[in-house]
Amino acid sequence: MKIIVCIKQVPDTETQIKIASDGKSIETGDIKWIMNPYDEFGVEEALRLKEKFGGEVTVIGLGPKRVTDALRTALAMGADKAVLITDDALEDTDSLGVAKALAAAIKELEYDLIFTGQRGVDDDLGIVGTAIAEFLDIPNISLVTKLTVSDDQASVQAERPVEGQTLVLEAQLPALITTQKGLNEPRYASLPGIMKAKKKPLEEKSLADLGLDPANFGAEARKTQIIELLPPPEREAGKIVEGETPQEKAANLAKLLHEEAKVI
Amino acid sequence: MSQGVWTIAEQRDGAFRKITYEIVSEGRRLADALGQELTVVVLGSNIKEKAAELGHYGADKIMVAEDPRLDPCTTDAYTAVISGLVKEGDPSILLLGASVDGKDIAARLSACLDAGMAQDCTEFSIEDGKLVVIRPIYAGKAYAKLTFANSSPQIATARPNVMSINEPDTSRSAEIIDASFTLDDSMIKTKVVEVIKDESGKIDLTEADKIVSGGRGMKGPDEFGILEELASLLGGTVGASRAAVDAGWRPQTDQVGQTGKVVSPTLYIACGISGAIQHLAGMSTSKVIVAINKDPEAPIFQKADYGVVGDLFDVVPALTEEVKKIL
Repeated sequence: MKIIVCIKQVPDTETQIKIASDGKSIETGDIKWIMNPYDEFGVEEALRLKEKFGGEVTVIGLGPKRVTDALRTALAMGADKAVLITDDALEDTDSLGVAKALAAAIKELEYDLIFTGQRGVDDDLGIVGTAIAEFLDIPNISLVTKLTVSDDQASVQAERPVEGQTLVLEAQLPALITTQKGLNEPRYASLPGIMKAKKKPLEEKSLADLGLDPANFGAEARKTQIIELLPPPEREAGKIVEGETPQEKAANLAKLLHEEAKVI
Repeated sequence: MSQGVWTIAEQRDGAFRKITYEIVSEGRRLADALGQELTVVVLGSNIKEKAAELGHYGADKIMVAEDPRLDPCTTDAYTAVISGLVKEGDPSILLLGASVDGKDIAARLSACLDAGMAQDCTEFSIEDGKLVVIRPIYAGKAYAKLTFANSSPQIATARPNVMSINEPDTSRSAEIIDASFTLDDSMIKTKVVEVIKDESGKIDLTEADKIVSGGRGMKGPDEFGILEELASLLGGTVGASRAAVDAGWRPQTDQVGQTGKVVSPTLYIACGISGAIQHLAGMSTSKVIVAINKDPEAPIFQKADYGVVGDLFDVVPALTEEVKKIL
């Protein structure tokens, strides 16, 4: 099987987010960058399918050179090769533009299955995976927690939990799957894996290499524009509920929730 | 010139989901701000009769597309029908719910229509005739205020439990229109093999009005019983921190936080949860937050409206008894 996994590099989830002085971006100075946690499930699933069926796993990232680190992590986990789409013209491109560039890079490759994380834990949009499927005119199944590829490698069955029920969906390959927690337990990169990753092929491509016009990317081409970034709404300082005993505290809390907050 | 606000209704088993009333109500407010009409698009089978009630919540027109292949909802079939209707009707704003299905359909529509899309918005307004939204990013560690450019329609999804629902006005009624659409089998690339219902009847966290969550301080899976009791008394549901899920005490579907579910209930009671940043990110839009924790220094107290310093195994059962007296 030829499997592609799209990788995003995002700030570590423990990062404090500070708004930069332009009011429209975040300060990146102190950020520790990691592979988007949801993408790890895609890398793991791809590696397991390769172990079962044979084939090749290609990881694709997009962004500045630092994204190489996330791609190397995937190579160290066991992916075979990597592609980094990097171009100054991509700065401030919106998700739709990112999906267009990724789809263009994928079109140049052979593929049976594509994995993306269900969303980036940075902008929390969840557009890119599904949009890639639309641009490639292939089916997508999103937020998958269980995946089975048929023995003839012609189709997939996937479980997709929606509120209160789970749909079991089937699609012919090629198809795109967006992954979420519960699908598998991603492996850690081993030390030999990390050593090997340094020698695995990592190809860089510009927009021109992909036959794309840089004018269709970047801030000017955005279809949603950031007016400003705001800190989260301040919560008023809360009160510590008084009481000598747990019973007294519980009684006072119940009273506050009933009479003051009026939520019970 | 694009005109009008459209909202996409979400239904299951012949009933509209709560999010539908939320986005119809919000759609009404946006349509009023623009001085334009609100059209609600209803897809499914045998839903036309039920659809009329959306007029009470503010719809001017209700466009009904009925086909057995539209029930249950799949991204494919919905995108095929809605994109065709949008190209024909040319609305200015297309509003969906930020449910599991709504978010995926919105993403596919955004690509299909080459239009901008803002996911999981918590606030909408109209400025200079354009849609302006506010949406949490970095799981609520910051908020982005966005507008649209070169985008027709302007597509957005609304976070469940945030938009207020209009009082139904039974004197109001909407014009019901049979949508004219084509749905070829070739447009449906994913097939529903099976629908596995969650028989527990548990309310999904994203839709719950009250949530009682447990963390590492719960010490084990069986101890969640005291949270279940309180949650069921309040008509709510039980959530968990990543620590509790990773320990195997609760299923993945219960996890609240940056790598779990983002919730906005009226009441969130955090029990034995220290308040790691990734957990706080998932529940900070809750209206009232209560923290019960032994450690007075736990960061959760800085986010809580009401904090109880104490052993949750004493406080929670006592709280359950006190709530029984009130209800």
